[in-house]
Amino acid sequence: MEIVLAIGIGVLAGSGVWLLLRPRTFQVIIGLSLLSYAVNLFIVAMGRLKIDAAPILGSHAADNINGLPDPLPQALVLTAIVISFATTALFLVVLIASRGLTGTDHVDGREP
Amino acid sequence: MTMPYETILIVVLALPFAGSCVAAVLPSNARNAEAWLAGAVSLACVVLLAVSYPQIDDGGVIRHTVQWMPELGLDFYLRMDGFAWVLAALIVAIGFLVVLYARYYMSPQDPVPRFFSFLLAFMGAMLGIVLSGNLIQLVFFWELTSLFSFLLIGYWHQTAQARDGARMALIVTSVGGFCMFAGILILGNIVGSYDLDQVLASGDKIRAHSLYTPTLVLILLGALTKSAQFPFHFWLPQAMAAPTPVSAYLHSATMVKGGVFLLVRLWPALGGTDEWVWLVGSAGLISFMLGAFIALFQQDMKGLLAYSTISHLGLITLLIGLDSPLAQVAAIFHLMNHATFKASLFMAAGIIDHETGTRDLRRLSGLRRFMPVTATLAMVAAAAMAGVPLLNGFLSKEMFFAETIETHTNSLLDQSLPYIVTAASMFTVAYSLRFIAEVFFGPPPKELTRIPHEPPFLMRFPVGLLVLACLLVGIVPSLTIGPLLLTALHAVLGDIIPIYSLAIWHGFTPEFVMSLVAITGGVAIYLMLRSYLLIAEGPPLLRHIQGQRIFDRVLVAISWQLARRLEELLGTRRLQPQLRLVFCAALLAGIAPMFAHGIDIWGTARTSFDVTFALIWAVGGACALAAAYQGKFHRFAALIFVGGAGLVTCVSFVWLAAPDLALTQLAVETVTTVLLLLGLRWLPKRIEKFPAADVPERDLSSRRYRDLGIAVASGGGLAVLSYAVMTRAAPDSIARFFVENAYTLGGGTNIVNVILVDFRAFDTFGEITVLGIVALTVYALLRRFRPAAESIPVPEQQSCQDLYDEAQPSREKGDTLRSAMAVPQLMMALVFPVICTTAVFLLLRGHDLPGGGFVAGITMAVAFILQYIARGTTWTEDHLRILPVHWMGAGLLMTAGVGVGAWWFERPFLSSSFSYREIPWIGSVPVASALLFDLGVFALVVGATVLMLIAIAHQTVRSHRTPSSRASSAAAASATAEVR
Repeated sequence: MEIVLAIGIGVLAGSGVWLLLRPRTFQVIIGLSLLSYAVNLFIVAMGRLKIDAAPILGSHAADNINGLPDPLPQALVLTAIVISFATTALFLVVLIASRGLTGTDHVDGREP
Repeated sequence: MTMPYETILIVVLALPFAGSCVAAVLPSNARNAEAWLAGAVSLACVVLLAVSYPQIDDGGVIRHTVQWMPELGLDFYLRMDGFAWVLAALIVAIGFLVVLYARYYMSPQDPVPRFFSFLLAFMGAMLGIVLSGNLIQLVFFWELTSLFSFLLIGYWHQTAQARDGARMALIVTSVGGFCMFAGILILGNIVGSYDLDQVLASGDKIRAHSLYTPTLVLILLGALTKSAQFPFHFWLPQAMAAPTPVSAYLHSATMVKGGVFLLVRLWPALGGTDEWVWLVGSAGLISFMLGAFIALFQQDMKGLLAYSTISHLGLITLLIGLDSPLAQVAAIFHLMNHATFKASLFMAAGIIDHETGTRDLRRLSGLRRFMPVTATLAMVAAAAMAGVPLLNGFLSKEMFFAETIETHTNSLLDQSLPYIVTAASMFTVAYSLRFIAEVFFGPPPKELTRIPHEPPFLMRFPVGLLVLACLLVGIVPSLTIGPLLLTALHAVLGDIIPIYSLAIWHGFTPEFVMSLVAITGGVAIYLMLRSYLLIAEGPPLLRHIQGQRIFDRVLVAISWQLARRLEELLGTRRLQPQLRLVFCAALLAGIAPMFAHGIDIWGTARTSFDVTFALIWAVGGACALAAAYQGKFHRFAALIFVGGAGLVTCVSFVWLAAPDLALTQLAVETVTTVLLLLGLRWLPKRIEKFPAADVPERDLSSRRYRDLGIAVASGGGLAVLSYAVMTRAAPDSIARFFVENAYTLGGGTNIVNVILVDFRAFDTFGEITVLGIVALTVYALLRRFRPAAESIPVPEQQSCQDLYDEAQPSREKGDTLRSAMAVPQLMMALVFPVICTTAVFLLLRGHDLPGGGFVAGITMAVAFILQYIARGTTWTEDHLRILPVHWMGAGLLMTAGVGVGAWWFERPFLSSSFSYREIPWIGSVPVASALLFDLGVFALVVGATVLMLIAIAHQTVRSHRTPSSRASSAAAASATAEVR
């Protein structure tokens, strides 16, 4: 499992970084999405993998709190997901406004 | 007076600042109201200080401490001893006179609120310097005075001279202030405290420390720049572009005294070494000589007074540098005297400027006949400046001469000092004489445009009062200034006060001879140079060495030439190289520790390998790679692939026991995809062609390989790092606290949700605020949006459909679209209440089971957006009133309200409470204030998401109007664009 997830994170991040370095705005925006998936997974992975227990009390033996996954990274990532949505929206608007103003979708606002 | 003395300190410091705020909001022509206000504030401060005098008389100290960061040794500490009292009294008393003077000096066209507001704020800052008992706090007020000095010099900012002068003063004094801050930090480190009392008590420790010299140099840089001492003196003449009340107040009586004040203040801690004598003494001596020499050759009255100020401050600095207790007595005495005669001279110069319209000594002449009273006052003040007997300047100068005769280091310089200062004093006498002789004597002025006359009585009154002080101190010193001087000396020198005499006649002593020689020599110099002075431009010998020109060159070299070369060398306006740098830096930062400490990648896997999971990730990885590959030419495909990668992420969250994340990710994924789809419409068509563009193929591919290298390295690095972490045991983190207390303290079983809405609710509060701001920004940006010309026509697919409809007689335009959407419309209509219910369900169960405000809000937004997709913007908005901004406002208010509500129960902001209630049919239901908080989150998320989506969707409606119809229905267009 760990190796699969690690490779997955790596592939997502690598694709995201590649796209972020591209010259067209749309590439950058989806690159940002991919990178944020990778980072979110990475943060959750920092709490180590637990497969069979959600961080919810009472659904299993209450005395065994060591068996629960780490809730802290999950709480962090939950807001990160929503914020990354906001970032994407803002970036999209900047993107189309810049396209309207400059007539190009190059990240520098003009063709090289 | 029943007010405790500690309170008086606070009030004295706070009154000017409060007055400044009030002054700023008065109407711009309220000259009288401003003057009344400022005058009342300064007079009140004078009275308060007078009341507190008995407390500090005889070495007493009034202290007031407010704890701020005690663990760092930072307290707000006000401390007034005798020395601070004398300075504070000087500041507020002269401040009062300057306010009175300024009332008549400022013309009705000048925006006076700004002037009085800055002046009062400056007064407060200056009081802050002298009353600070904590050195960091002193630095703070020190910088404030630089700032207000800048604003006041630049008061007439329409003239380039004022702007340049203000900028130069700010740069010089704030660079000095910065050095002083560094010096104070080292000093505090040596002593172990920033407390002034402790610093003054540990003089031996400081002098013996290895960092003594750098500390001294840094602090001196601050003090010497502030007091305009050589080689930093050049800013003061430039600062004369300020209105004359400012010159009189800041640049002669108070602010420039800040430097010498600090030197005297820190003398017990820093003085007593060779470094002190040489650095302080030589700076003072050079300023004294140079200032006096240059002042004689000035043609501008204020320029003459400015150089004279440099010279007199040099005299004080020299005395401080002589490093004996008696020299400190003379320094403090001359500091007070200089403030009185120089302020009155500046005011007199201002009156002359005001009445004649010029300050040029060559054009002025014989004004004695037109303004006899002002002439008399100015003559007395100038005589005090020259050191004529029976005036205050004579007494302190005599002390100064006596002190230079004393043997200090017995070096050659020390032995020749009496001769040097006598020679320099001749120039002092000469320029004082010149000032009076050329302005008030001689034939009547010819080139003036108006006939000068005496100013209003109240404009003359401050000058008269100051001159009276000069006379009284000069004639009966022991009755007037004597007690005050003794009080100040108690504070600086402690109980051992050297023997000094304030009598006007000490007999035929060497210092008296020096005074006589200086006066006769000065008269002789003036008479010799008289004809030369009227034609000279600047002083001989030094004409070509101008401090401000060197300063300007240095400034241009640093801030323009060097900066431009650096920018050319290192900067770029292109985004790609910048991002490349960011990633390379991040890579290095990630890899460096691995090399430094080594990393053992292979730990033990804690979960067993699962084929299904691997297969899912095979799909996910393929999606990500495909998106990267197709991003340029097939945006739609790339978007679908990104969605695929997102779904795999979502499944992974389910797998990794993070149900809340999975739910949120699913909903957000949906909304993001819709959002990007809406954006696709506005991007230019891009058709693949080979070879691409006109960039050389080799250049392009080498760039691609480099980017590929960075991408592979980043991805690989992150993979290795995450594997390494995942295969190690988790440390005991703060997570345990949340797990153990989620139910007992937060009243919920869904730990993630309890963290969000209870333990870390303040974070969440900030987070949703950001979300709201982003939504409003999106909306605001789009209101001004103008699409590119080629994106405006109706898309190809839709125009084909319309053409087909119009060609068929039996069809109306839009029929194809309607029939295609009929089934989805029905489905969406049916599903709408279901989705809404689901959203509410997710919200309500959030505290105990997976769900919560975020996911519920986005789900609700999805319900709305589906209606938009199925029915179109117009229909939906006719039938459904969504008020996203209201949702957002309600959400923010509700979360803030829950937070503030805790105050009613005397609990901190955002404390939660919960209990269980029995409800018929449903059973025991948890009721937590956190649920209300979550409801607020929900409302805000709904509002923000819908606002963003609708704002983008609306662009289609707006841009379909042709330019002609847009003009005719401009009002309607803007009404539609408003999201209702």
